[in-house]
Amino acid sequence: MRRAFAEHIRQRAAADPRIIFLTGDLGFMALEGVREAMGGRFINAGVSEQNMMSVAAGLASEGLIPVCYSIAPFAVFRPAEQIRNDICQNKQNVKIVGNGGGYGYGIMGSSHHALEDIALMSALPGMKCYIPYCAEDVPGAVDAMLDNNGPAYLRLGTGSLATPEIQPFSAVRKILAGESVTVVTLGPITLNALKTMKEKRLEGNADLFTIGRLPCEDELETFLESVRKTGKVLTCEEHVARGGVGEYLSIQLIKHHISCRWYHHFAVGYPDGRYGSQSYHQQAGGLDAESIRETITKIIHDN
Amino acid sequence: MNDLQVMRKRCIQNMLRLYKNANAGHIGAGLSCIDILVYLYFFRMQKTDRFILSKGHAALAWYVVLAESGKINPDLLDTFYQEGTLLPAHPPVGGTIDGITFGTGSLGHGLSLACGTALSCRYTDKPFDVYCLLSDGDCNAGSTWEAALFAAHHKLQNLYVIIDRNRLQGFGNTEEILTLEPLKKKWESFGFQVAVAENGHNFNSLHAAFGAFDNQSTKPACIIAQTVKGHGVSFMENKMEWHYLPMNEEQYKQALREITES
Repeated sequence: MRRAFAEHIRQRAAADPRIIFLTGDLGFMALEGVREAMGGRFINAGVSEQNMMSVAAGLASEGLIPVCYSIAPFAVFRPAEQIRNDICQNKQNVKIVGNGGGYGYGIMGSSHHALEDIALMSALPGMKCYIPYCAEDVPGAVDAMLDNNGPAYLRLGTGSLATPEIQPFSAVRKILAGESVTVVTLGPITLNALKTMKEKRLEGNADLFTIGRLPCEDELETFLESVRKTGKVLTCEEHVARGGVGEYLSIQLIKHHISCRWYHHFAVGYPDGRYGSQSYHQQAGGLDAESIRETITKIIHDN
Repeated sequence: MNDLQVMRKRCIQNMLRLYKNANAGHIGAGLSCIDILVYLYFFRMQKTDRFILSKGHAALAWYVVLAESGKINPDLLDTFYQEGTLLPAHPPVGGTIDGITFGTGSLGHGLSLACGTALSCRYTDKPFDVYCLLSDGDCNAGSTWEAALFAAHHKLQNLYVIIDRNRLQGFGNTEEILTLEPLKKKWESFGFQVAVAENGHNFNSLHAAFGAFDNQSTKPACIIAQTVKGHGVSFMENKMEWHYLPMNEEQYKQALREITES
């Protein structure tokens, strides 16, 4: 997704001189083209994310559109107060881009993971979180982010589709249609769900939704319809349960007086203090294709 | 400069009245920096220049100066600290009050905001200078020094940092808490041209400090203004408690008398 992001932001920046790119000293093997194309509008702010976010707020206050890039944990946790006070409270049009959301940086360890980023960012005033689910989804997500005037957080991960065809980006998309269960996924976990549903002949059993933007109250109707029909929801997210998409959607269901059976797969941190690849950590939380298949099968047979 | 003296006195009187009406603290901080604000707003700054108050706890000093310059009307100013006011103890977020782009209050943010604002001129057709007022406490914050590195690296020659160096911070004396000295050398070593205003309450001293800068230099500028917390009110001067305490009736009368007769 990172390369797709770099390519698309380069194109948008070429057409819009207001876009200023800042990075917290990251982007090796990805942002070189952006740097070359943007020239003086590309700023490596160094390892100083707090300063980078407030500088971005200052740039935005003069009508520019700063895009601040780092890996997801560094982009949101260190400068959380700068994002809250200077960008969100002061209503500045700053775009924050975090690469490797969830366990994206695998064996790099917990300092490099972002399992609570959506919780933190989506609690901030005016902040919109954009979560594309594959490389092909990134241009649409970037456009949606840039075309909305206000603070934004773009969570990038890894993965791509076998074919380049993809539904246009939106907050809530139904990717597969089925009868028995409503499955909701966030980011590239969507690809795991897609894989299992196609390969294991589960297709036709589940409505599969991917959440591309939070908050998404304005586009929830098809999801609510699905739950009214199936009465069963499985949410899978590479994020802690607290403050994630599952918790968000469960509240929407309560608001709409929809009762259902609730299943939730989420990031569980580091059980037993062990580390591994992104897939290793996904398995621990039941976020891999096989675990998703098992739960869907169980839900279908449970009735 | 004579007009400035009249204006200065009026601003301080107004500020004391509002602090008293509100039964509010931060008086010492207001008295420490209001002369700098009066000098900047009514002598130094051009209409298009930007100002960022990093030491947000001195908001009332800024409000009265903005009122004096016609940006806040007197009725609004009188709502300071009241329920439902647009003017809280720390500056409100941008977009509500003309002349206030950034609400602040947590220390260590202002200089980065000023850097971004100053840098924006490279990408727009709007040339202006940016002035940022820092407290001693601001100089404790790591983010301030991140911003200092950034300002020098990017040669933000349209940036002026003014440090309200009264040597007191939240819970004691700066040199007893986290040594700032030699502060001038620190800013110089970070790539700033630095001038000291030996008396940050004296307009000539401030003026001389600004005059010391080399206008051809690409370095950002920093003025260390030697100030006195609670300046001009004998029982408040250099007293940390006047960061927090409100005035009683008697104290208010004495403070007003000392300012009026000065």
